[in-house]
Amino acid sequence: MALLTLLATITIGIIRLRNLFAVVVLGGIYSFLMASVMIVLDAVDVAMTEASVGAGISTVLMLATLYLTKTQETVPAHTPLLPLFVAVATGLVLVFGTFALPPFGAADTPVNLNVAPYYLENSIRDTLVPNVVTSVLASYRGFDTLGEVAVVFTAGIAVLMLLKGKRNMKPGPKRRRVR
Amino acid sequence: MDLLQTIVAHYNHWIIIFLMVSGLYIVVARGNMIKKLVGLGLFQTSVYLLYLSPGKILGGTPPILSPQFSVYSNPLPHVLILTAIVVGVATLALGLALVVRINEAFGTIEEDEIFAGEEDE
Repeated sequence: MALLTLLATITIGIIRLRNLFAVVVLGGIYSFLMASVMIVLDAVDVAMTEASVGAGISTVLMLATLYLTKTQETVPAHTPLLPLFVAVATGLVLVFGTFALPPFGAADTPVNLNVAPYYLENSIRDTLVPNVVTSVLASYRGFDTLGEVAVVFTAGIAVLMLLKGKRNMKPGPKRRRVR
Repeated sequence: MDLLQTIVAHYNHWIIIFLMVSGLYIVVARGNMIKKLVGLGLFQTSVYLLYLSPGKILGGTPPILSPQFSVYSNPLPHVLILTAIVVGVATLALGLALVVRINEAFGTIEEDEIFAGEEDE
């Protein structure tokens, strides 16, 4: 509970700060806290991935972009009343919905009763892998992972295409009309 | 006593909703594109928690089979979220590349200034 409260505090900091460098660094701290929460939730593999990818690679990518652009956010001209209202209203509706959810940590919920026990019982017999997350990821749901690799590959190609065009462009007039 | 039990049972849901709503607010209200991407990340991580927290069983251990334990947390959400994290960083990289290109073309990454520049010409 303390970790979750810390997460919320950092979120407020991210909303209020206008220095983008500070925002990105807070984002890294947020990811590490998120990884700690995941360890508490028994998701050790996810926690390792979040610590390396979320806190490591994402932060580095953000910092690289900041180096290429600007680090200060301008104050918006109009007051954000409408977005605030929309956000608070959505939040209230969702909080109302949580009262129908099962309490935290219960074992007899639909999430935990259907397919998960099958994986836990048959993982050793089917794949000889004691880590059930690994066996589900690579064996039971291997096609899912294949699709994920396809998505990452496509994104990588798109990034390369976007940044390759950059080199051909002259650093001339600042605003170019793009049609 | 009843109130306290309700709070303990639903505290994680409320924090998840707070993170999700703040991500939504940043994406809608802030004009800076890097800030928008950070907000998108907040929204995304709140969904990770939304998936992981129902899979936790109190008194359970991480789903690595061993004769010493008998109660394990649900492995399926972990797998789904592993996939989501990796896809998330791929889309983040794509978004940041777009931001760099927009900065190259317009000289700014603020939404309002881009619109103002379009109207001037």
